[in-house]
Amino acid sequence: MVRVVVQSADFDIGAEMAALTSGRADIGGIGSFIGTVRDTAHGARIVSMTLEHYPGMTERAMTQIAEAAVVRFNLLGCTLIHRVGPLPPGENIVLVLAAAPHRQAALEGAAFLIDWLKTKAPFWKKERFVDGSEAWVDAREEDDLAATRWGVL
Amino acid sequence: MKILYFAWLRERVGCGEEDVALPEGVATVGQLVTWLRGRSPGHEAAFSQGRLVRCAVNQDFATPDAPVTDHDEIAFFPPVTGG
Repeated sequence: MVRVVVQSADFDIGAEMAALTSGRADIGGIGSFIGTVRDTAHGARIVSMTLEHYPGMTERAMTQIAEAAVVRFNLLGCTLIHRVGPLPPGENIVLVLAAAPHRQAALEGAAFLIDWLKTKAPFWKKERFVDGSEAWVDAREEDDLAATRWGVL
Repeated sequence: MKILYFAWLRERVGCGEEDVALPEGVATVGQLVTWLRGRSPGHEAAFSQGRLVRCAVNQDFATPDAPVTDHDEIAFFPPVTGG
């Protein structure tokens, strides 16, 4: 019902949708979010983004987030996949799928999952620019605000 | 206890992991940070922006008043930026 994966390889969205819905007909909608690597940061072009994480705590935090979403939105299932390691612009970073009987729970479930993932799961992004310099991405206040609109987890 | 560092804290400390014996007089995360700052200039640099340092004890987020013991895994890292 809850599928949480941290991997360096890309994910197959079609295969993940099929796995989420396989053998059941009670799902009425699937909300999704796919995060990808943008080629610019603060107006400068980047050549890659590297995702670091805290093995162990990452899976634990993602599972807690996913289980909370299932309870809160009565989801029939959800999938959270987050990639780690170096990723060039255009690559997928994160996949969120939330399945529910109706669209509102599916869409809100997906929004909740990505908002909480961005503020509660121990991942850190480092950007590498065309001039060879590197910089850790700062946490954004908007992300904290987006997460707080859902209240306390 | 096992102490882990991630992202720019790891770079400033100069390692991702170190084992230390629970120092005398250290019972909380906040006291541990004060003790760690004295270990090297790298540690001091890592913890100098205290407002930007987050902590987890045994893989759960923890605040400076959280208790620590010799058997804990304590991690220090910046605010998370995944997703």
